[in-house]
Amino acid sequence: MTAAHANSPAALATPRAHLTRRYHLSASHRLHTSAFTDEQNQAAYGKCNNPHGHGHNYIAAVTFAGPVSPTTGMVCNLADLDAFAQINLLNVFDHSNLNTLDAFRDRVPTTENFTLEIARIFSQFPGAQLSHLRVEETGNNSFEYSPQADSYPEPHLAPMKG
Amino acid sequence: MVLLTRKAEFSSAHYYWNDAWTPLENARVFGKCANRNGHGHNYTLEVTVAGEVDPVTGFVVDLKQLKEILEHEVISVYDHRHLNLEVPEFAKRIPTTENIAIAIWQRLDGKIPNANLHRVRVYEMPDLFADYYGEQQ
Repeated sequence: MTAAHANSPAALATPRAHLTRRYHLSASHRLHTSAFTDEQNQAAYGKCNNPHGHGHNYIAAVTFAGPVSPTTGMVCNLADLDAFAQINLLNVFDHSNLNTLDAFRDRVPTTENFTLEIARIFSQFPGAQLSHLRVEETGNNSFEYSPQADSYPEPHLAPMKG
Repeated sequence: MVLLTRKAEFSSAHYYWNDAWTPLENARVFGKCANRNGHGHNYTLEVTVAGEVDPVTGFVVDLKQLKEILEHEVISVYDHRHLNLEVPEFAKRIPTTENIAIAIWQRLDGKIPNANLHRVRVYEMPDLFADYYGEQQ
């Protein structure tokens, strides 16, 4: 063993970086709202209103921002993030019919709404702060959402005056 | 201002290890990445620079020159090397994707004529990448 592996956390700064992980999931959906007549649904959603549904290979690219830990060199532990995604994203949505799921009981499973739901899920990941989400429905369609930074209090803020 | 991105690739070995921890703790935190024999990746580097379009050349930076800077400063140092053992900045920093992005920023900062570094993105694989925007971020 050489001495080249030594890490000296105290000597290291903690710059902020962004880490992005892409998850693949396949699901079916049908775009249809009870607020519209059949004709209005057809006019609004076109072939996506097909009563039998259709499917996509979705890609969710989740970006986390945070200080790079001097002890691990990481924004967040990838194994923890993958385990979180497996339980909360893939096990729930992969190879599912989105219209049948609780998340879309009261809203149309457009990829806009799917993006908001995935953002809600990953905003609960305890290991780092979700800064951005991009969901690709197909290679030609993608949707992006950045949670409000001010909804995630920084742990190192100085005490507020007054 | 226009942003311009140049890609480059390098293939390197690495492992994750913190000497302050026991082998058990390293294995718990870093999993299979803690294997001291190392493993490797084909990395893709995307360097984005920001600058004004030169009215004469129409360039933000000369792409050939940018390619040569990336080759000289990064690729020739990292490619087909063991990052922990052969690249000096990783003697005391774990070569995670995050730290590689930061280290490449530090290697390139101030070396690109007529443009500022905007972002360094390092893909460890197509589904995993880290971005660094410099100290202001």
